Amino acid sequence: MQPTHAHAASHQSQQSHSHHHIVPFKVNMAVGITLLVLTAVTVWIAQFDFGAMNMIVAMTVATVKAGLVVAYFMHLRYDNRFFFTMLLVCLIALTVFIVFTMIDQKSRTSIYDYEMQEIRKNAKMYEKKGLTAPKDASPAKH
Amino acid sequence: MNGVTNLAATDRRPETPLELHAENHHSPYQAHHFTDMAQQFDAAKMGMWLFLLTEILLFGGLFCAYAIYSTEHAVMFQSAHKMLDWKLGALNTVVLITSSLTVALAIRSIQLNQRKAAIWLLVATIACAAIFLIVKYFEYSHKIHLGLLPGNFYHYDGSEGVIIGNNPHIYFGIYFAMTGLHGLHVVIGMIVLSWVLLRLIKGEFNSEYYTPVELGGLYWHLVDLIWIYLFPLLYLIG
Repeated sequence: MQPTHAHAASHQSQQSHSHHHIVPFKVNMAVGITLLVLTAVTVWIAQFDFGAMNMIVAMTVATVKAGLVVAYFMHLRYDNRFFFTMLLVCLIALTVFIVFTMIDQKSRTSIYDYEMQEIRKNAKMYEKKGLTAPKDASPAKH
Repeated sequence: MNGVTNLAATDRRPETPLELHAENHHSPYQAHHFTDMAQQFDAAKMGMWLFLLTEILLFGGLFCAYAIYSTEHAVMFQSAHKMLDWKLGALNTVVLITSSLTVALAIRSIQLNQRKAAIWLLVATIACAAIFLIVKYFEYSHKIHLGLLPGNFYHYDGSEGVIIGNNPHIYFGIYFAMTGLHGLHVVIGMIVLSWVLLRLIKGEFNSEYYTPVELGGLYWHLVDLIWIYLFPLLYLIG
């Protein structure tokens, strides 16, 4: 594969180590600290109930974190553009996989007269093991 | 042996790869089928990225399973996830992010030929991986003790709070499958980074050649990437 990006091409005849982009110390630290702050944000934001938005909010924060890791720690920002294209193709395939599965999952009841059942009738563990939850037991705490 | 030496010493045109290397002023690290070191580095990196993409798709299957079951058993997931200790999950997130930072700095150090700094940063990374596994061990043993296990192994008696909804063993099946596969990657990452560290100590890497450090680092970042998604999905939202 030929290096296609301008940076590598302009240095092709020179010494090898000049190809590699060295991410500045400050950038590495800034990204690391931002990731820790965003982790705190993830935890803090989880105590609010946005209803159906819970998942979207959490996944948005996670994706910002993942983007920072990929762009700076994994050097994708400075690398051959082709790597980014490969990643994009993979993520599109994954999105199609999950989104189409979820479309099927969500539309099942309108097409078939069928809903997901218990895996087995005796899979209700309290009944199977003869362990009935006490009525006055407190619900699970976080 | 003598014959080879004599051949190399003659004035005829270079033919063997070794002679061609000398003729073209190649870096000793460059394999002869690459145009230059940059191309060799990019090729190695592309191979690693292709592998990492298959890893993303591997975990993608589990994320899809999570998506299906969490919508199908929304109430149970919401209740069952409270059995996990989010503080330990958050601690492990901090540990993994720190390790990602140290491995990124280790690569920077070897790019600048600071071998000693690179060695200590890699040691720190491996130590973080060990801390992660220790925390995971305490989490797992608590779950096993309570009987919060997948499928038929589930025998939780509600002693630490009742899980509302049916089939709570599904949640723990997904929990153990996802964190277990991730934990396996942490172990493999530790082995890979230890091997890289050993070679680094032997002095096999420098600013001109550090491809294994870079690729080992990429693998480790993937481990961090997966956890960035696992933490909110399993510990915070359910």
